[in-house]
Amino acid sequence: MLKYILKRFLWMILTIWVIVTLTFFLMHAIPGDPLDMGDTGSSDAASANLAAYYNLDQPLGVQYVTYLKNVATFDFGPSMTSRSRDVNDMIESGFPASLQLGIASLVFSVISGVFLGVFAALRHNKMIDYITMIIAVIGISIPNFIQSMLFINYIAVNVDFFPIARWGTWQHVILPALALASGPMAIIARLTRSNMLEVLTQDYIRTAKAKGLTSFQIVVKHALRNALLPVVTIMGALTAAVLTGSFVIERIFSIPGIGQYFVNSISNRDYPMIMATTVIYSTILVVMMFIVDILYGLIDPRIKLHSKED
Amino acid sequence: MGQALLEINELAVSFSTQGGEVQAVRGVTFAVEKGETVAIVGESGCGKSVTAQSIMRLIPEPPGRIKNGTIHMNGKDLASLSEKQMRGVRGKQIGMIFQDPMTSLNPTLKVGDQLTEGILVHQKISKNEAKQEAINLLNLVGIANPEERLNQYPHQFSGGMRQRLMIAMALMCKPELLIADEPTTALDVTIQAQIIDLFKEIQRKTGVAIIIITHDLGVVAQIADRINVMYAGEIVETGTVKEIFYDPQHPYTRGLLDSVPRLDGDRTQKLIPIVGSPPDLFSPPEGCAFAARCDYAMDVCLSHDPEHTKLTDHHYTKCWLQDKRAQKPF
Repeated sequence: MLKYILKRFLWMILTIWVIVTLTFFLMHAIPGDPLDMGDTGSSDAASANLAAYYNLDQPLGVQYVTYLKNVATFDFGPSMTSRSRDVNDMIESGFPASLQLGIASLVFSVISGVFLGVFAALRHNKMIDYITMIIAVIGISIPNFIQSMLFINYIAVNVDFFPIARWGTWQHVILPALALASGPMAIIARLTRSNMLEVLTQDYIRTAKAKGLTSFQIVVKHALRNALLPVVTIMGALTAAVLTGSFVIERIFSIPGIGQYFVNSISNRDYPMIMATTVIYSTILVVMMFIVDILYGLIDPRIKLHSKED
Repeated sequence: MGQALLEINELAVSFSTQGGEVQAVRGVTFAVEKGETVAIVGESGCGKSVTAQSIMRLIPEPPGRIKNGTIHMNGKDLASLSEKQMRGVRGKQIGMIFQDPMTSLNPTLKVGDQLTEGILVHQKISKNEAKQEAINLLNLVGIANPEERLNQYPHQFSGGMRQRLMIAMALMCKPELLIADEPTTALDVTIQAQIIDLFKEIQRKTGVAIIIITHDLGVVAQIADRINVMYAGEIVETGTVKEIFYDPQHPYTRGLLDSVPRLDGDRTQKLIPIVGSPPDLFSPPEGCAFAARCDYAMDVCLSHDPEHTKLTDHHYTKCWLQDKRAQKPF
């Protein structure tokens, strides 16, 4: 097990390195220059100074090596747009909000998605089933930025309990998290439902029933665990969906997270910021996939978590 | 004859499908005495498994439902119990073993959990006592190192071992009746023999009555005291093992016995099948269900359903040929 974790850890670092490298070169391949602000009247000498400050005057290969060294020490360098702050500062100030929002929506989507899916499966072809699946279709088909605006317009404006925008108290989390979670929740609900329906016809469910267990025991102990495996599988992909969704949601609700920096940095060619946010998001994703694999082994004992030599 | 443990009377089970109502079981009557082994044999789709699952009320409702008849266990009618009362019967008074041990155990739960969860529901005992009981039973069914095995998962057991687990599981609460639904079908022949021996040994040690459902006449000959031959949802012949094997009276029973390959005799001889296929249970025929495939069918067979004719104390058959009104051939 320890050997497996160690091996996976090395792979994670390798993956992140590949992402960093790809992003670095792609970023430099985009036309345009962070220092090219149009005709601002700055002198050539000033431009040259700035280029030197950001290492932009050196060949790309040298820049890359320097950059890798900095990333390895978690130093993402100064930002090119807010010149007074460096990237680390900005991320530290924005990350907590993004993390809270991300975790809140993931937790909400998993819990409510699984609940809805199970209830729909247990009441297959009955009212609850249809209502749940209608909710799921709505969740999938209405984009989260539309949902956010609807939430703001019809809920936040009318109910004082929910703030319209900004960040701070726990009430601030609810509406954006809900908008961000609805898509993943719908996907989880549909997946859980179809898996539950399949698992409930399995022979071992009949065995459990023949032992005289109650329906509740059968569902919780025998069915749910087996039905959740595919749900766990897509958790990695859903985390990615929540992360990318958060760029937009943070913007709509004016949440001071890192999503706004990510979006702005691309149009501004703010190289250090692009790199920093990419590294953070990809690390989160890679770690999430790792957690998913560990969960796999815990849920299904047939999946062995060790390298082949063991 | 002792007191009957289980008495099934005129049991009829139907499934409603889009194409109409399938009458899977059409008036089955039989009894099981304490400590005896009763076999139900018949080809696929004759209603033997549905009969067994109806006793446990395990047929999915809907689409299935018990249309008619009673199932008395120790004088209590299982067919009319509530779902909650029925839970008290399942596993406790009747244990059940299913056909495929590979899929009948939950792959994600430890074997120990699966063995003990039933007894923990039915009896007020501690987890340790339940575990001790599981160890005793694993010893009884011949699984070595029971204590270690309890912490393993089903995929760490072979097919034969899993069927032993299923048997141990069904015996946890010391039921009076064990229903084994094709318990040897999914196993290879040597393992089959071991499992059959195990059934016999368990019956000797615990005195449990067994209903064994199979289409394998070899299994039946080794284990059963009495045999019910089912065809198209009905019992067409019932008798002791000797009566059925040496003196079969229903043409279907004879056809079944004839179709068993013989190890002695001419190897070049082809198998003798029963020609044709069973009737459509959406609309069972008016007369005898077997008439269309029967070499001895008479006019009366096509128009009138035969009654059960008593041949000896245990031996009954549902065939016009044996009817008292039938002409004696000689």
